[in-house]
Amino acid sequence: MTAQVITISSGKGGVGKTTTVANIAVALAADGAKVVCVDGDIGLRNLDVVMGLENRIVYDIVDVIEGRCKLRQAMIRDKHFPELYLIPAAQTRDKNSVSPSDMTRLCNELRPEADFVLIDSPAGIERGFRNAIAPADRVLVVTNPEVSAVRDADRVVGILEAEEKRSTALIINRLNPILVKQHDMLSAEDVLDLLGIQLIGIVPEDEGVLVGSNRGVPVAQDAKSRAGQAFRNIAKRIRGDEVPFLDLEKQSGLWDRIQKMAGKK
Amino acid sequence: MMNDLASLVQIKGLRDGLLVSLSDASWEDQHAALLSQIDEKQSFFQGARLALDVGAQILKVNEMVELRDQLSERNVSLWAVIGESPTTEKTAQLLGLATRISKPRPEDGRRFEVQDLGEETALFLNKTIRSGARIEFRGHIVVLGDVNPGAEIAAEGSIIIWGRLRGAVHAGSKGDEAAVVCALDFAPIRLQVAADAMNIQDKKETGKPEMAFIRGERVVIEPWQPGQ
Repeated sequence: MTAQVITISSGKGGVGKTTTVANIAVALAADGAKVVCVDGDIGLRNLDVVMGLENRIVYDIVDVIEGRCKLRQAMIRDKHFPELYLIPAAQTRDKNSVSPSDMTRLCNELRPEADFVLIDSPAGIERGFRNAIAPADRVLVVTNPEVSAVRDADRVVGILEAEEKRSTALIINRLNPILVKQHDMLSAEDVLDLLGIQLIGIVPEDEGVLVGSNRGVPVAQDAKSRAGQAFRNIAKRIRGDEVPFLDLEKQSGLWDRIQKMAGKK
Repeated sequence: MMNDLASLVQIKGLRDGLLVSLSDASWEDQHAALLSQIDEKQSFFQGARLALDVGAQILKVNEMVELRDQLSERNVSLWAVIGESPTTEKTAQLLGLATRISKPRPEDGRRFEVQDLGEETALFLNKTIRSGARIEFRGHIVVLGDVNPGAEIAAEGSIIIWGRLRGAVHAGSKGDEAAVVCALDFAPIRLQVAADAMNIQDKKETGKPEMAFIRGERVVIEPWQPGQ
């Protein structure tokens, strides 16, 4: 096995990087891949919470890098998927505890052990971000269909181009088809038009995502969830399958009918 | 003899660890000097992260590996090797070592210097200029690509965008009133030609090429007409 190292980044905070990492990881693992998630947000860790593994943490990434434990000891096995692991961030340290070359070395050690290594990048474009992209074979940039998030994503794409990370793809998260229809939200086309990079997934806005994160059960495990389906499709595309994009209009069709019934149209 | 060796290498503290700077002496001497210093002051070096500035020296892979192993035996980790030679840099990267230490890279705010400042000098950029990038040039600038919101372009001459203009542009940045700004799709966030800035927040997209220039003392934007 030689793992592909994929970093999930965004520039802006709060667009759903961590949720995206957890969901793609679950979807890949459900498909039989061996996946190791690395929380790169040292000092503000939360991938462990979203994956529901907070209470199992003994060692963290800084322990591995500073040699207090073996890599294996810091890998926490997921509750549902035996081939899914998390290397948590340290909560009591800061981003300067790790250097880009530390991350590269760690990932090189992980490569023979897994099919995919997913790194959750912190927000911003400083040290933590540099650490997270250093070992990446591929970077997925997450954005929301709002002007400030797209602006930051554009900045990140520019930095990745300067670093000559060639394989960059876009995830548009929290798209609300109703708002787009009313011209109150940027459409996927608007976002793509500006950023001009390959699209790998559009995730519709879905309360289930938040509920899943709070419970530590990523929504990709829920077969009925549309957001879950979107994350599963992203996982398939990462593996190289061609999957058509979800028709996000379907749901708004239902809304149209409800609104018609309510006499609003 | 030991003191002689000690003066060969300089050690100073950095935020992220220790920086060891080598002099021009031979690698063997400096290597020995460094190790003997570490052995002498074991408690000081215990658990330290070391960055090595080798200057113009070229380190071979086996030399670097040997040093790294010897250091790790002494519980000192080699974290970065900085050098002027690209060979040294490549070798360090091969071993997964950092090759720069907390110096911001000049990736943004690029200033392109040209020796000959002939009037017709232009900088040609065949890519999309993204948010956060600032490009300044002492002649004209031609972009084959888009200029996204958050990007800034300033030219002492004219600015030609073969694409969508969405960022901030300043043509004639040293006061040349003959400078113009042209774009296939003209909707900059901020537009300035020579001394006159124009607020174009409410400009409608026409989808047609347009050109901004100075007429009288004001900037005006007009559809671009071939043959004018």
